[in-house]
Amino acid sequence: MAFNYDKYLRLEKMPTLWCWGCGDGVILKAFIRAIVKMGWSQDDVCVVSGIGCSGRFSSYVDFNTIHTTHGRTVAYATGVKLAFPDKHVICVAGDGDALAIGGNHTIHACRRNIDITFIVINNFIYGLTNSQTSPTTPKGMWTVTQKIGNIDPTFDGCDLAIASGASFVARESMLEPKKLEKIFVKAFEHKGFAYLDILSNCHINLGRKNKMVSAMANLEWIDSITISKKKYDAMSKEEQLNLFPTGVLHHDDEADEYCDMNREIQKAHQGLRSKITQDDFAKKI
Amino acid sequence: MAEKMELREVEVWDGNHAAAQALRQVQVDVVAAYPITPSTPIVEGYAKFLADGYVEGEFVMVESEHAAMSGCIGASAAGGRVATATSSQGLALMVETLYQAAGMRLPIILNIVNRALAAPLNVNGDHSDMYLCRDSGWIQLNAFSPQGAYDLNFIAFKISEDHDIRIPSIINQDGFMTSHTAQGVATLDDDTAFNFVGEFKPMNDMLDLEHPVTHGVQAEEDWHFEHKARQHNDMMTKVMPKIEKTFAEFEALTGRKYSVVESYDMEDAELCVVCTGTSVETARVVATQLRADGIKAGVVGIRVFRPFPFEQIAAALDGIKAVAVLDRSAPGGAPGALFNEISSALYSRDNRPLISGYIYGLGGRDLTRAHLVDLYSELQANADAGKVLTPLQQFIGVRGPKLSYL
Repeated sequence: MAFNYDKYLRLEKMPTLWCWGCGDGVILKAFIRAIVKMGWSQDDVCVVSGIGCSGRFSSYVDFNTIHTTHGRTVAYATGVKLAFPDKHVICVAGDGDALAIGGNHTIHACRRNIDITFIVINNFIYGLTNSQTSPTTPKGMWTVTQKIGNIDPTFDGCDLAIASGASFVARESMLEPKKLEKIFVKAFEHKGFAYLDILSNCHINLGRKNKMVSAMANLEWIDSITISKKKYDAMSKEEQLNLFPTGVLHHDDEADEYCDMNREIQKAHQGLRSKITQDDFAKKI
Repeated sequence: MAEKMELREVEVWDGNHAAAQALRQVQVDVVAAYPITPSTPIVEGYAKFLADGYVEGEFVMVESEHAAMSGCIGASAAGGRVATATSSQGLALMVETLYQAAGMRLPIILNIVNRALAAPLNVNGDHSDMYLCRDSGWIQLNAFSPQGAYDLNFIAFKISEDHDIRIPSIINQDGFMTSHTAQGVATLDDDTAFNFVGEFKPMNDMLDLEHPVTHGVQAEEDWHFEHKARQHNDMMTKVMPKIEKTFAEFEALTGRKYSVVESYDMEDAELCVVCTGTSVETARVVATQLRADGIKAGVVGIRVFRPFPFEQIAAALDGIKAVAVLDRSAPGGAPGALFNEISSALYSRDNRPLISGYIYGLGGRDLTRAHLVDLYSELQANADAGKVLTPLQQFIGVRGPKLSYL
């Protein structure tokens, strides 16, 4: 029997704001299936989203949700996770959200390795505001702000996440929903900060400017720039140019998780703190 | 040299396109920007003109609004003519740097397309964001239509870049109502527009290597107060005469008259609505309609919000029986921002009118003619009774039980 998503969606919010043929719907469905696979109660999940097309995620799924300001998803989510370390906190952001306006928060959430799943829906463009160059817009592509070609170098969010200390970093595209579901499950199972670069299409605002007018053409382009990590690793530096490896790119099960560390240090100091009286403190001064 | 663009005498433009055309015509050197609804088309328009060779300058697509204004400050300090645009949340993020720009006396032009502030998230027009930068030390001019958005840009550049002024300017226009509503806009040809503003002459610019300078140095309790006092003094004494002079010069050039306070049917008016933005035009329509019924209705539109036209407001409302001040922002536990300032302008006058406040139009809620007809009839009742019969603060057009306070 086909999977019934109704229980996990806010049906009164349907249809979505996403354009026909947008990959975000595929990602949304894979996301829901992965949550169900985990066996989590809807009430134990908190979805935090930012601004942009991806920001609508929090309006559509029937979990605890927060629709935050542009770029600050992971900062809000850090607060949620620290307050409720036992709940499952998931961020959904776009490439502009996570890597431009919120880039600093992304770095520091990776560095802390806090147990949050950070799903970055990367469509290579600012879609909601109609096609301005984003940090992941490939060099040379046309946008409304760089009408004769983007001169900014192409940016890889996964490299940033790995370098910043995220303990689980992976990439998949919406082309393969089954793989997407599996990678979500792996990220949810992981204890620590999980950074997921999920490639999606925006044929409306990236495609139209770059000879990929249909969703299919945009997806074929995504297919042409992605390759499994195994194959990618076997390539020379020249061959790797302009390609993005998919699958799990980095996985460290041993890394200390932030909420655990917080709990441990609180525990270690519990006894000590009560022994220090105000008089001791005054003497020190 | 940038290519010239042939414009018809009247073009059909929305407020965003009108502002973008003005940025092209004054040949802005640098625009650093970040997209946000509903102001994106202004900077996008500049980028397009740049790519097509109609402007000589630089466009940088930066990583946030904070970076956008920071980039503008850098470019302006270096000695360029600089502008950008934003709205709402973007402006909220930009606020820190607005104070920097004003304190460094950098004549940057910022087009704000006014929009509500989250939460709840809303992309439609209201004036909540306008008041975010109320005390930032920027000049604030308000457009009521695309024509205003176009004209006020030239006026703002001319005021801000004057070496006696050197204070940045904001041009406010209503989100969607002005920014996305196309109307006839009377244009200036490229040469006339550019010559009105003139060649940019930087002052204390970093690119003058013979005279190296520092911007934004630390000044603690020893000098900070003097700097801020001087900044305030120039706003209070120099800017308003310069604005009035520039309005007069613009009128001489184009025949289009702007005033610090826009009075409509006020000569013999007894009842008056004070507001700003697109609502001014709605109120004028209603006032005209009421005049036909023998009601002496007038409208005062706030064209210049900063520096606040204290004297001009008091003069415009002198002898009026009852005034309603309309604020299009969430008051957050106080009377409306315009209500407060207008009350303070009137308080010391002998002949002050009865004054009441209204909150309307949050998050893009329409202000209809029917709302305003009701409002004028409340003013009439106040005038007849010789005292304010209604609460001081009422909400217009909100669902649920009628809300009123004070």
